[in-house]
Amino acid sequence: MTALLETEALTVHFATSDGPVEAVDGADLTVRTGEVFGLVGESGSGKSVTAMAIMRLIQPPGRIVKGSIRFAGIDLATLSEKAMRDVRGSRIALVPQSPRTSLNPVMSVGKQISRVISVHGGLGWRASGARAIELLAMVGVPDPAHRAKQYAHQLSGGTCQRVMIAMALATSPQLLIADEPTTGLDVSIASRIIELLRDLGKRTGAAIILITHDLGTVAQSCDRFAVMHAGQIVESGDTRCLFRAPAHPYTHALLRSIPRVDADVVLQPIAGSVPALLHPPAGCRYQRRCELAMPVCCEKPRRTSVSVSHDVACFAAEKKYAAAS
Amino acid sequence: MSFVYFVLNRIALVIPTLLGVTLISFMLTNLLPGNPAVVKAGALATPEYLATVERQMGLDQPLYVQYARFVSGLLHGDLGESASTGRPVLEDFLQRLPATLELTLASLLIACLLGIPLGILSAVHRDKFVDHVGRVIGVVGVAMPSFWTGLLLIFVMFYALEIAPAPLGRLAPNIAAPTAITGMYVVDSALTGNWTALKSASAQLFLPSLTLAFSIMAPLARMVRASMLEILQSDYIKAAWAAGLPSRTIIYGDALRNAMIPIITTLGTVFGFLMAGNAVVESVFAWPGIGNYALAALMTKDSGPIQSFVLFVAISYVFVNLAVDLAYGLADPRIRIG
Amino acid sequence: MTLTSAPDLATPPVRRPFRQGMARLRRDPVSLGALIIILAMVLAAVFAPWAAPYDPNATDISVALEASSWAHLLGTDVYGRDQLSRIIYAARIDLLIPAAATAIALIIGCAIGAVAGYRGGWLDHIVMRCVEAVMAFPALVLAMGLAAALGSGLGNLVIVIAVTQVPTYLRLIRGEMLRVRDMEYAEAARTVGNGDGRIIFVHLLPNCIPPIIVQATLSLGYGLLTMATLSFLGLGVRPPDSEWGEMTAEGASQIVTGEWWLFVFPGLAIIFTVLAFNLVGDALRDLLDPRMRGVK
Repeated sequence: MTALLETEALTVHFATSDGPVEAVDGADLTVRTGEVFGLVGESGSGKSVTAMAIMRLIQPPGRIVKGSIRFAGIDLATLSEKAMRDVRGSRIALVPQSPRTSLNPVMSVGKQISRVISVHGGLGWRASGARAIELLAMVGVPDPAHRAKQYAHQLSGGTCQRVMIAMALATSPQLLIADEPTTGLDVSIASRIIELLRDLGKRTGAAIILITHDLGTVAQSCDRFAVMHAGQIVESGDTRCLFRAPAHPYTHALLRSIPRVDADVVLQPIAGSVPALLHPPAGCRYQRRCELAMPVCCEKPRRTSVSVSHDVACFAAEKKYAAAS
Repeated sequence: MSFVYFVLNRIALVIPTLLGVTLISFMLTNLLPGNPAVVKAGALATPEYLATVERQMGLDQPLYVQYARFVSGLLHGDLGESASTGRPVLEDFLQRLPATLELTLASLLIACLLGIPLGILSAVHRDKFVDHVGRVIGVVGVAMPSFWTGLLLIFVMFYALEIAPAPLGRLAPNIAAPTAITGMYVVDSALTGNWTALKSASAQLFLPSLTLAFSIMAPLARMVRASMLEILQSDYIKAAWAAGLPSRTIIYGDALRNAMIPIITTLGTVFGFLMAGNAVVESVFAWPGIGNYALAALMTKDSGPIQSFVLFVAISYVFVNLAVDLAYGLADPRIRIG
Repeated sequence: MTLTSAPDLATPPVRRPFRQGMARLRRDPVSLGALIIILAMVLAAVFAPWAAPYDPNATDISVALEASSWAHLLGTDVYGRDQLSRIIYAARIDLLIPAAATAIALIIGCAIGAVAGYRGGWLDHIVMRCVEAVMAFPALVLAMGLAAALGSGLGNLVIVIAVTQVPTYLRLIRGEMLRVRDMEYAEAARTVGNGDGRIIFVHLLPNCIPPIIVQATLSLGYGLLTMATLSFLGLGVRPPDSEWGEMTAEGASQIVTGEWWLFVFPGLAIIFTVLAFNLVGDALRDLLDPRMRGVK
């Protein structure tokens, strides 16, 4: 499978009066065509900012300081704003975090879908209206023709999210970014939404970046995933590989903090909290919480391959694997 | 909540306010130091004649009876009579109302045409040049007393540059009033094709309405900016950017459409400023409206016109806000379709 | 199975209002300028006999209606009185009356608002209906009606301005009370057997001080505007007392003969003072009331 999206050294800073908040620090990500790629981390770890940076939707005082975003052969980081607008919504689409508030309250949902179609697809309003109803049917909204005329406040949270997914799929994008798409939804509805996303991804051939803090969701639905901590990607790779043999101490700690029914394991919370991103420690940002911290951790760890589809950025892990091989 | 319930609820809420309003304006009149009977009977009247006049005017009755009479009179369209002219206040009022209405509407129009775009531009180009200009206009505009703005405009436009006509009333003295239809000279002269009157009436209207507009433009622009900013930060605007919609569609289609709801509400508040500013501007420009009439009456301690002016303003303010609430309900599908 | 850990983007700095305020002033020349204007006005009013170059009431027909010159910086009026001196003396009334009105409105509004908000129920209901009825009048119209009813006099003027401001404080404090009355420290004060009055005025009201300070600063400006407008209309301060709005009205009759300085300068005094109060009020709001930040 070929790489659809590759970010390199992607760095995002938010200017404050006390200095820059380094929200994303040199993120390297590779998303392949048609896969479901998970982006995992605690809240505030920079997952959403990374996604917004990929769509070039970072608002001032935030700014992409450096890095490249190669998407299907073009570098989005240097694209003009006008060209970028043609990419947004048509080739890369977003399924946002809070579906209900992400719908315009004074416009019917059908209209909101159809105008995305007419902007990007150049269809007339009648044709795009019909297409909107088809899309609603495709994402499993019952009685789509009736629902299309309704407003966000008349729909359930789950239906709102289905509407957002329909809107995202309206122009057959190659990449779908789902930013914690199940926040605020019931557990049963949440898992159905994730299932729907995965299914639609397979059917339309779109790759999906699934941003979540829920490792269970990752295990269920992602082909590969990356772990973020305090703005840095600490580990990425094949889902099965990572779950079986996490290389980074943070990933390790995350997996230990998952409650399990099948095994009698004592839950271990992760020591400390995510460090401040205003003046973060130099080098690895996990060093102060890490059991394996060494003096060298004050330098920035490089990304190293652990196996064919498994990268880690950690000196301790590097040493361990170097010794093993 | 169904829309019918919403409408009925709003209408019901108006009743206690109206009662309070009539009570307060009734109290205001009875606090007046001058005895209206003395004004009517004349200063040289004998005590017996004065007592007769007091009895005729109902002033010997207890206050609550006077209040009940006052309210029932109001319901019959009786605003009492002016003690100094002896004419029913309602008559004087209706005669002057079109002048006030003309001034109010013209300034509301100017304020909206200038203030709303300024507020939008300031929000869209936040912390850029337009926003700074808007902020300066806003801060200074709120601090400028409208009588001073009016005087400054008169000085510059009439005395120094000689482009504006003399600030005395609604028409140049040598021009006859147009045929009355609405009573608003600009409208009437346009409807009847009376171009000389239209030209003079518009010229006379320009400075006072600009003065009044300037006094409400600042708060209007400020409120539009605040609501636009809030909406531009909302999730659905972010979603619209992410969907790659053109910025014009997002700003004027999505954001402005939602901002219209708070803007409509703002217009209600602004109307209150306008009604208050009216009296001041009318007095600066010798504009023969109800504010000017009430002020003239104030000077002679004539209670009827004052009471009516204060009451009229408060009641129209209550009803404008009711209309605003209902318009708000119509504009917002969350209320329209509960 | 979710990860929960407190996000820690930036630890808020320890709040020290005074030092923060001084630091802010250094970065914010506009607020500093506003503060200087207010201080200058207050000093001029207090030390008027020393600050004013002439006796404000001394007439000298030989210099009547002179424009600005080194002898008379802001010109002279029909009687040859020095306008700068008159403006300086008028500052006494222009600052004192809004200040007195604000103090009265603040005390009455806070007392009623605090009790209504704390007690709630029918009392709150009645109070709020009354407030709504009063607020159905645009403030200036109410002031006009009341000023006409009470008649002239500086004391009455204070009452008129105070009445138009009471609803603002009342609603402000009532809202604050509703917010703090169920907080834990209120609960704690109740458990140890404090009376309602003590809880309201000793335990709760001090927590509402920041927004009151902000509002008081702003209403000094509004009060001045109301007073100036009333005086301009002949309903407020009247000669021989003098006040900037009243001076503007006197100067207005000279417009047609071109003596612009007579209405322009008193008006500028009003504008600068109101502007300064508003700017300081806004700055205080940013400083004291973080919830209101960005709302303006």
